Amino acid sequence: MAITNTKLNSKMDPNWCSGCGNFGIWAAFKHAAQEADWNNSNSVIVAGIGCHGHMVNFTEITGFQGLHGRPIPVASGIKIANHKLNVFVSTGDGDCMSEGGNHLIHAANRNNDITVLLHDNAIYGLTTGQSSPLSGKGFKSKSTPLGKIEDSINPLQVALASGATFIAREYSGNVKELSQLIIKASEHKGFAIIDILQPCVAFNKTNTHTFYRRNIYNLPESYEASDKNAAFAKVLEWGIKKIPVGIIYQENKLTYEQQLPQLNQDILINLPRNQKEINSLITKYS
Amino acid sequence: MKNVFVIKIGGKAGFGIMTSSFLISKVATRSGYYVFAYPEYPSLIRGGHNVVSINISKEKIHCQYPHTNLLIALNQETIDLHKKELPRGGMILFDNSSYEKITPNKNYKYFGVPASTIVKEASDDLIMRNNVMLGAALALLGGDLGILKKLINEQFIKKNPKIAEKNNQVAQAGYDYILQNYPRSNGQELAVREKISGQILTTANEAISLGAIAGGLQFAAIYPMTPTSTILSVLAPLQEKYGFVYKQPEDEIAAINMAIGASFAGARSMVATSGGGFCLMSEGYGLAGQTETPIVIIEGMRGSPATGLPTWTEQGDLRFILHAHQGEFPRIILAPGDSEEAFYMTRLAFNLADRYQTPVVVLVDKYICESYISTAPFSTSGFRIDKGKLITKLQNNYSRYALQKDGISPRALPGSGNYFTANSDEHDAMGLSAEDSDIRLDQMDKRMKKLETCAKLDMPKPSLYGSKNADITLVSWGSNKGPILDAIAELKSVNYLHLNWINPFPTKTVESILRKAKKILNIECNYSGQMKGLIREKTGINIKHNLLKYDGRPFYAEEIINKVKKMR
Repeated sequence: MAITNTKLNSKMDPNWCSGCGNFGIWAAFKHAAQEADWNNSNSVIVAGIGCHGHMVNFTEITGFQGLHGRPIPVASGIKIANHKLNVFVSTGDGDCMSEGGNHLIHAANRNNDITVLLHDNAIYGLTTGQSSPLSGKGFKSKSTPLGKIEDSINPLQVALASGATFIAREYSGNVKELSQLIIKASEHKGFAIIDILQPCVAFNKTNTHTFYRRNIYNLPESYEASDKNAAFAKVLEWGIKKIPVGIIYQENKLTYEQQLPQLNQDILINLPRNQKEINSLITKYS
Repeated sequence: MKNVFVIKIGGKAGFGIMTSSFLISKVATRSGYYVFAYPEYPSLIRGGHNVVSINISKEKIHCQYPHTNLLIALNQETIDLHKKELPRGGMILFDNSSYEKITPNKNYKYFGVPASTIVKEASDDLIMRNNVMLGAALALLGGDLGILKKLINEQFIKKNPKIAEKNNQVAQAGYDYILQNYPRSNGQELAVREKISGQILTTANEAISLGAIAGGLQFAAIYPMTPTSTILSVLAPLQEKYGFVYKQPEDEIAAINMAIGASFAGARSMVATSGGGFCLMSEGYGLAGQTETPIVIIEGMRGSPATGLPTWTEQGDLRFILHAHQGEFPRIILAPGDSEEAFYMTRLAFNLADRYQTPVVVLVDKYICESYISTAPFSTSGFRIDKGKLITKLQNNYSRYALQKDGISPRALPGSGNYFTANSDEHDAMGLSAEDSDIRLDQMDKRMKKLETCAKLDMPKPSLYGSKNADITLVSWGSNKGPILDAIAELKSVNYLHLNWINPFPTKTVESILRKAKKILNIECNYSGQMKGLIREKTGINIKHNLLKYDGRPFYAEEIINKVKKMR
C-alpha cells in the first residue's frame, strides 16, 4: 500500500523527518478512518506532546492536543461525556510511559472504551534525543552518554497487568496490517492499546526500520489471544527474530461507560435536567 | 452582644461527635432557631480530640462564639480542655457510668447520665451513647424529643429500622433520666418557637454540591482531600437520579484532565480539591485557559504549605489561584463568604465557564466548607442555564478560535461534524499549531479580552454592609464575612466591604469606597495580607491597619470588635 492517501489531510503539511515512523502510523490511521468511516461527526483524536502529537494537526478529524503525558485522562472524560464517539489517543513512549504512566495504568483498569496508539520510538525525539523508559539497557543518548542503567519498561506488560482488554503490537512500516489492527482495536469494546514500533531516524540508531523488518514475526494462527497467561509470556518476548506482532490479548468485559446506569438511555450530554427534583433535594436539608 | 447559647460536644475521634452535633443542630433549626455549628478536629493536644460548637440564637448569627453554655462530654479530656469556656453556673453533661473520676467543681452544674449502662441494655454499640446524651440535653434545655426521634428515623429507618428504633429508645431513656433525676433543671433554651419559615442547614460543601447540580453539572472528577471531600460524598449517591457522572480519578492531574475532556465533549464539568491537590491541577488550569475549555474548579483552602494543617482553615491561596500556571490566561475567581453565596456562586460559575470558555475557580476554605449554617432555602427560580456561544450543528467554514470583538469564539462540540482542534500549543483560528507573531498576538488578545467582557456583563458591584458613611470601613473577602457581620452588628459607625469577586476585580467600586473611607481595616486569614496587596495593586491604596490570623482558626467576632475598639 502506497503512503499517498491525502483525503484526510489538513491544510498543514507534516513536519516529521523524512523516514520517520510517524508517516506510517499516520497513513495507517487515515486508511483505517476511511475504511471504517471515522469522521468529524463520530470521532475524535486526543494527543499528548511529542512528535506523535503533531498528528492531530495534519489529520482533518476533530482533535484535542493536550499536555505532555495527559491525553489518556482527557480521552476518558470525552468518552464518558459522549460514549458514541470513537475516541483515539495518540501518545508517545515518553508521554505514555514516563510522564503519564499512572494514567495508562488506571485507564486500562477502568476499561474505558478508548483506543490508544502508542508511538513507540524508544527515544525522546522532539527534545532531540534523550533516553525514554522504553529505551533498552545500555542505550547511549544525550541523557545517558555512558549507556542507560535501567532496563526498558515493557508497555504491553504494564497494560496487561493493569487490566487492558485489547493488547496488540505492530511495526509502523506495515501500514496495511497496522491499519487493519487500528480498526480492530477501535471495534473492540474496552481499553485497547497498540504498541506501534516506530523508528526515530534522527536519534535512535538501535530501533531502526531494518532492525524491526528483520526481527518481527506475525503471531501464528494457532495463537490463542484470549489466554491471559499466554499473553503474559508473549508480551515478554523480545530479541532477534523474536518480536511478535498482531493481537496479543483480547477479552470481552464490560466497559466503564457500560457500567454507568445513567448512560443506559442516552449520552451524558443529552440527559434531561429536572428542576422540580432540585427543589425537593434542597428542602431535604431542612 | 447577641444572645447566643452554645452547646459544645467533645470526645475522641470515632465517638460519633460529628453526627451528634449535626442532629442537635437540626433539632435547633427545626425548633425555630438560627444555628451555626463549627467543628474542630482532630487534635487540640493529643488523642484525636474532636469537638463541635453548636451556636444557637433567636437572632440571625453568622459565626461561632468562644463561650460554652452546655458542654456535652463523652470523655474526661473534653471536660479538662473546655470547662474554662463555661461561665459560672455553666452546665456539664457527662456519662457517669464510664469515667474513672470526675472531680466536681462548684462553679459548674454537673449532670451525670449513665449513658454507657443505658446503651448496654439496648445494644453492644457504644456509639449510641450519643443519642442518650442528645435526649438528656433536650430534657435539660426544654427541647422537643419528637423532633430528634423524627431525625433519627430519617437517618436510619431506610438502612435499618431496628437501629432507628434502638436509637430512639436510648434517646428517650436519656431524656427520661434527666427529668427523673434533675427535675428542677429544665431550661427553655431549645423550647420550640415560631418557625423561621423552614430554614435549611448546610455546609458550604453541601451548598456547592447543590449549586453545581442546580447549575447543570454533568461531570465531576474529585480526588478526596480535606476540606472538600464531602462534596464528593454528597454528589456520588445523587449521580443517577440527577443525570451526571461522578468519577474518583487516580490523582488530581487526571481529575482536571478528565473534566477538561468531558467539557470539551460538551458536559458541564467540575473538579474540587484543596490547595495541595490544586498544585497538581495547575498544569490543567492553564490547559483549560489555552484550549478555551470551560471548567469549574472548587478550591477549599486549608492551613500552611505541603501537608500543613490538613483540618484547619486559612486564606493563603489567593495569590496562588490568581497566578498559578506559567504564562497568562483569563481566569475567573469567585470567593463566596458563606453557604448561601457558595450555592449561588457555584451555580453561576457553570454559566460563566460556558459563557467565557475558561476556568472559573470557586475559592472557599475549611471554615465554611465544614461549618453548618442555617439559612433560607436556596431559590432555584430565575436561573437559566446558559451554554454561551455553543454550536451543535455543522456550520460552513467553521473555525474554533475565530477572532471576535468580545473575545469569545463560537465553540463546537466533537461529533457536530465540524472539523477543529482544541490545541494546547498556541494556534491559529482553526486550532492548528502556529507560532507566527501576529497569530500569537491575535489569539492572546482575544483570550484576555474575555475578562473585560466578563467584568462588563457579569460582575456585580461588591456588597457594602452597614451604613454608607462610617468612621471605620472593614474590608475582607470570602469566609471572614460571618464573624465580620456579627462584629459590625455590635459596633457603631463601622461598615464592611465584602469582596467575593477576585478576578476580574471590581476596581472602580473598591477604589471609590476606600478613597472615601476615614479609616480602613483589612481582615484576612493569612500571614502576608494577600488581599491588602491585591487592593494596593489594583487601586494604589495602601491599607495600614490589618488584622491577620494564620493559626488555622477562624476569626471570632470578638477579636474583630477588640481590634476596631483599639483603632478608635
